[in-house]
Amino acid sequence: MLQFIFMGLQRGSIYAMVAMGFNMIYNSTGIINLAQGEFVVLGGLMMVTLTMGLNLSIPFALMITVIFVTVIGILMERFTINPVKSPTVLRLIIITVAVSILLKGVAMCFWGKESHYMRHFTGTEPFEIMGATILPQTLWIIGILLVIVVGFALFFNFTMTGKSMRACSINRDAARLAGINDRNMVMLSFALSAGIGAVAGSIITPIIQMDYARGALLGIKGFGAAVVGGLGNSFGAVVAGLLIGIVEALGGGYISTHYMDAFALLILLVVLFIRPSGIFGSREASRLKEF
Amino acid sequence: MKRSIFSAMVITCFCLFFAANLYAEPKEYRIGAAFAVTGSASWLGEPQKNTVEMLVKEINDAGGINGHKLRLYIEDTHGDNTRAVNAVRKLIKMHNVSAIIGPSRSGTAMAAIPVAEAAGIPLISCASAEIQLEPADQRRNIFKVAPNDSDAIRVIYDHIVARDLKKIGIITGTTGFGAAGRTLMLEMAPEYGLEIVADETYSPGDTDMTAQLINIRNRGAEAIINWSIVPAQSIIPQNIRQLRIEIPFYQSHGFCNVRYAAAAGEAAEGNIFPCGRILAVDTLPDDHPQKPVLQEYKTQYEEKYRDHVSTFGGHAYDALLLVVQAMRAVGDDPQKIRDYLENAEFVGIGGIFKFSPTDHCGLDQTAFEMLTVKDGKFVVLDQ
Repeated sequence: MLQFIFMGLQRGSIYAMVAMGFNMIYNSTGIINLAQGEFVVLGGLMMVTLTMGLNLSIPFALMITVIFVTVIGILMERFTINPVKSPTVLRLIIITVAVSILLKGVAMCFWGKESHYMRHFTGTEPFEIMGATILPQTLWIIGILLVIVVGFALFFNFTMTGKSMRACSINRDAARLAGINDRNMVMLSFALSAGIGAVAGSIITPIIQMDYARGALLGIKGFGAAVVGGLGNSFGAVVAGLLIGIVEALGGGYISTHYMDAFALLILLVVLFIRPSGIFGSREASRLKEF
Repeated sequence: MKRSIFSAMVITCFCLFFAANLYAEPKEYRIGAAFAVTGSASWLGEPQKNTVEMLVKEINDAGGINGHKLRLYIEDTHGDNTRAVNAVRKLIKMHNVSAIIGPSRSGTAMAAIPVAEAAGIPLISCASAEIQLEPADQRRNIFKVAPNDSDAIRVIYDHIVARDLKKIGIITGTTGFGAAGRTLMLEMAPEYGLEIVADETYSPGDTDMTAQLINIRNRGAEAIINWSIVPAQSIIPQNIRQLRIEIPFYQSHGFCNVRYAAAAGEAAEGNIFPCGRILAVDTLPDDHPQKPVLQEYKTQYEEKYRDHVSTFGGHAYDALLLVVQAMRAVGDDPQKIRDYLENAEFVGIGGIFKFSPTDHCGLDQTAFEMLTVKDGKFVVLDQ
């Protein structure tokens, strides 16, 4: 039982990380960035090159990776999102699809088609807790996830920039009237979400391995978590991600592993039927949004 | 006068034409190849393409086949059924090839086989599924050089029986390879007196198989067999290590890729799996009949492409050289090649082939060697 929960936590943290990235951009632009999975992949692959290829130390490599992917996120926003004259939600989402295909192709050219692996941050000797075992890397994932969640909660609620970003998401025109530079806020959100993607990719690669085509699958599960938790709600994303992970693990363990992926989708469907705005989403707010 | 000059010119032209024909090089022999060079199965098709290109160059540099130049047409199937059918059709209709090697995947092979069969062109498949050769009377022109999955299972089951273990747990990937292996393992277990106490699966994108492994452990399995070909399988040894499961762990020949072992790291040490000998050629006894062939292919390939050899490239090697051997003996008539292949014997990369009218695969259990991972390298398992 405990072992299944550990397994669920590990899976769930991965989903939660990706979901946070979705929320970040949704919060400032109201769109879903379908290239989010690609940020994770780029982060993971970059990390592989730096640690396994160039033998850099992990904290240093992590820093370079985050900067690298963040720059890509900024470039993406500047060259594909920003120049759009009349940015409707649908148009922007389709642009992100295009970017995701582009990034996937570039990743394939640079890193090839095979799966890459990297060493764990601090060894692979599992800890034993009440008869169940857990990898140190899983603890890293959960720990870093917590730091990011708390960090962003503080950022969005207590800093001027964070508040401005939220204002842009609620109503861009009004935010502009209040003197907020909305285009810069959008760029910032892309930078942050690329950064989170990079961190997510870097810390999960030792466990799941990384290849250029993994983005779509990560994106789907992460998006599921974001929707279940209520789009735009970081806390919800984390709870929903962990919930999906644990349900998958328990369902796989006690019912049948053949239907593991189905359990995750089942939760998504149930939530969408009963509470379309997500577990923690507000109904009023979601009615005002375009998407 | 004018007229006679004209007729003289015409006659000269004719003479030249015939003379040119008389002294032209002997006609070239044509072989077609259809591999999944790009697409999701490119890890199969790429080494196959590299291998045949290398071999054809070598054959032509050495003067061709009995003086005939060998011409190879390579088509890319993208690992896709429709494209594979088109590729085979193009090779037959447009390039008039005498024999076809490939396709790389079982699915594409199944799609393309009826085309070659109807045209009466021998097709030497590089894919492993045994169903390709069934029913035998509708597969007269079809041969295959990849070893049988069921033989790999026999090797594993023999090994388990020899250790006096009875209860096994199986874990398979949900791809075509994994599903076929699962069916065969379930079917063949009673034959060996083995009981499958746990039957688990995972999808290619899965990142953690501890749930499946815990189930296997809880049902009292004495050995675990993993049957899969996707990279995700290298996570399984790590999970086993994490859960501290200490029963023998077997993998399928789908694990025969140095990269998978590297990805699994320390956890791969001691895994046992049947595999073609090409991956452990250095630890093979010197008197093994395949050793010289294997060693030559490995050195040549690795020198030329700076990449590891693989069993899949080996299939293309065997298929091409079989056809070449047939052409040397009987020329380029497709049906003569077919008849020759049906009785051919050949020492190749995949094993020692011995075809017969009832056996178009020509390999048996002996195609596999039990390997294990030691210090990150594939080595022959000490019996």
